[in-house]
Amino acid sequence: MRCVRVVGLAALAAGLVLGCGGAFAASAEKGKTAFVQHGCWQCHGFRGQGGVAGLKLAPDPIAFETFSAFVRGTNRFMPPYQEAILSADDLADIYAYLQSIPKPADYKSIPLLNQ
Amino acid sequence: MKRKDPARNDPRPEVSRRKFLAGVAVAGAATAVTPPAAQGATTSSNAAPAPRPSALPPSMQVAAAETGTPKDLPRIGGVAGSDFMVDVIKTLDIKYLPSNPASSVRAIHESLIDYGGNKMPEFLTCTHEESAVGMAHGYFKIAGKPLMTLCHGTVGLQHATMGIYNAWCDRVPIIVVGGNDLDAAHRPTGVPTFHSAQDGNALVRDFTKWDDTPVSLQHYAQSFVRAYKIAMTPPYGPVAISLDAGLQQEPIRENGEKLYIPRYVASAPPQGDSGAVREAARLLANAERPVIVVDRAARTENGIRLLVQLAELLQAPVVDQGGRMNFPKTHYLSRPPTVINNADVIIGLELSDYWGTVNSYIDNGDHGIGHNQSKIKPDTKLISISSVDLITKSNYQDFQRFQTIDVSMPGDAEATLPALIEAVKSAIPNERKAAIEKRDEAAKKAYAEGKERGKQAAALAWDASPISTARLTMEIWAQIKDLDWSLVSSSGNVSNWPNRLWPMEKHYHWLGSSGGYGVGYGAPASVGAALANRDLGRFSVSIQSDGDLMYAPGVLWTAARHKIPLLAVMHNNRGYHQEVMHVQRLANFHNRVASLGNDMGPTGTSIENPDIEYHKLAESMGWWAKGPIKDPAQLGAAIKEAVAVVKSGQPALVNVWTQPR
Repeated sequence: MRCVRVVGLAALAAGLVLGCGGAFAASAEKGKTAFVQHGCWQCHGFRGQGGVAGLKLAPDPIAFETFSAFVRGTNRFMPPYQEAILSADDLADIYAYLQSIPKPADYKSIPLLNQ
Repeated sequence: MKRKDPARNDPRPEVSRRKFLAGVAVAGAATAVTPPAAQGATTSSNAAPAPRPSALPPSMQVAAAETGTPKDLPRIGGVAGSDFMVDVIKTLDIKYLPSNPASSVRAIHESLIDYGGNKMPEFLTCTHEESAVGMAHGYFKIAGKPLMTLCHGTVGLQHATMGIYNAWCDRVPIIVVGGNDLDAAHRPTGVPTFHSAQDGNALVRDFTKWDDTPVSLQHYAQSFVRAYKIAMTPPYGPVAISLDAGLQQEPIRENGEKLYIPRYVASAPPQGDSGAVREAARLLANAERPVIVVDRAARTENGIRLLVQLAELLQAPVVDQGGRMNFPKTHYLSRPPTVINNADVIIGLELSDYWGTVNSYIDNGDHGIGHNQSKIKPDTKLISISSVDLITKSNYQDFQRFQTIDVSMPGDAEATLPALIEAVKSAIPNERKAAIEKRDEAAKKAYAEGKERGKQAAALAWDASPISTARLTMEIWAQIKDLDWSLVSSSGNVSNWPNRLWPMEKHYHWLGSSGGYGVGYGAPASVGAALANRDLGRFSVSIQSDGDLMYAPGVLWTAARHKIPLLAVMHNNRGYHQEVMHVQRLANFHNRVASLGNDMGPTGTSIENPDIEYHKLAESMGWWAKGPIKDPAQLGAAIKEAVAVVKSGQPALVNVWTQPR
């Protein structure tokens, strides 16, 4: 696994992710692409908002260690993604993408949700 | 099959449909005889061909056929048997007849529109038999009255089968009449014989409540009224009649026995056993954490009132699985499925899957086989009232996994509720009444917190493009909330947002889903339900998924042709999303990267490249339409325009690009 990567603008925006025994930078931009390519959007929505088929992932994703352990070994409703099909780099990028998703507006400020 | 109808032995000269058709065939053949001159020209190879006139003289046969006085052809005399069939139908108050025309039912078709005046029932032209059945399905869920449909008993019934299976699983009555030409010795050869079968109803026998093949007009009268009665006795269900083409076309010959139409008298729905009702009441009255789970419990508005009464009596939370609109979403006892986890007594009312209610099947086990997990405590007592226990069949597995039940009552839940409510009142000990009443405080708090969580979740991805399903749902709501509205179909999976965010209270606010999960139900069912709502002055709206519409989009034309007002808002997520996730799951199980090709979803599961322009599709069939809408800021105005069109009496469609779920 790549533990040190070039720190780009997108990665800076995403912030640092801890994992794999060391610190490395991940790309939210690449993570957004990987989120689609690996089918995460299918159950969790393009913004990780969740729905009937999958839990909310963003904003405020769970800790990376917990996230990673679940993705790799879940025996719950989501099928596991092992490293052969989802590299550690892609997983870190996906996490960075989830971290980059901003908080939504308070529902109390959305007129359609207060009819 | 040998006919036993005594009419066939009538000594009077037979004015037979068979001979009539044969005569027509002979006359037709005469006009096609090759002229002798032309024959000579093609058979003589040695002689030089004679100059051919620009117009060949007719043969004697052709000349006689074209210039002579036509011989009177025998016509069908007397009263047509199919007219009597219409008389029978008219006693049953069937308002519409959604159908695709078919030669094997031509006689009854002609009698319905000419003898019957095309009223009660009115023929609605459908472009696919599955659409006709789907329309009847949706219509019943609003009107509470069944429709009938006509089709070829072979190829038409084959088209209709998926819709009939959905109706069977959804406990909806539909009378399916399939034409057939039984008499192999006399039926026309070629296409009509391809369209004949020895036992046409065999195709749907596993998922109809009853079927018959009447061989006389009196037999037909009995069969039709019996079919209606069986279909309309809970548990409701579809029935099939195979109708012989000969029986339809030949005249009435009573042979001294006058035909009569049996009077229809509705059957009372079956109720749970009184002893079992008392035992169920005892368990519920003494429970600390009772839960009521309902699926198709409320057949009518009264069913909702009865459920509210039972729930408030016990201060028991209600989990509505949504087969019908059973319980008001605005009631503080309305709760999510997780509430069963701590229950000590659960009563399930008309559940389609009791095992799946109290257990989970997790599709993520070793070796590709899922694992099971109980959702409830081991000592939880289970009660069931279900009319479906009375009609279980063997082949199709709609009865689901076997679940052991402590008190099981085969009977109709709505019909049993009054007795159960009285029994619970009697069974609650005086010293427990105050404690039960006090449960409402926690229930109201939990309800309010649940609503808050729902709105917080709806706000996520609010401004996203493609548009979130929560946003879609609330943009629709903003435009219909002041109308007498009815959500006639939510065929696309939009994460249950309407049920979570709209104040559903009336039976017609929510109709449930297809029953058998056969895709292609949503569009025709919504048109059928909108037809019923049109007659009641209600506004109909559907959330229409893309995959569902493409099975038989011709139903859009039927809606425009018959002026059925319906607002269809597309949940266009450009894929078969259930299947997108299934293929992804299996790719993961096999430790392979799912192949996407040029699409977003695994190959074979996307509906893109090219994107379907549903607004243009609808426009081509006479709908007002707009789209594609991808920007959430533009959605409200588009729906507002569409609502105005629908209020004027026309159907309208808004094509919206949406998030997957």
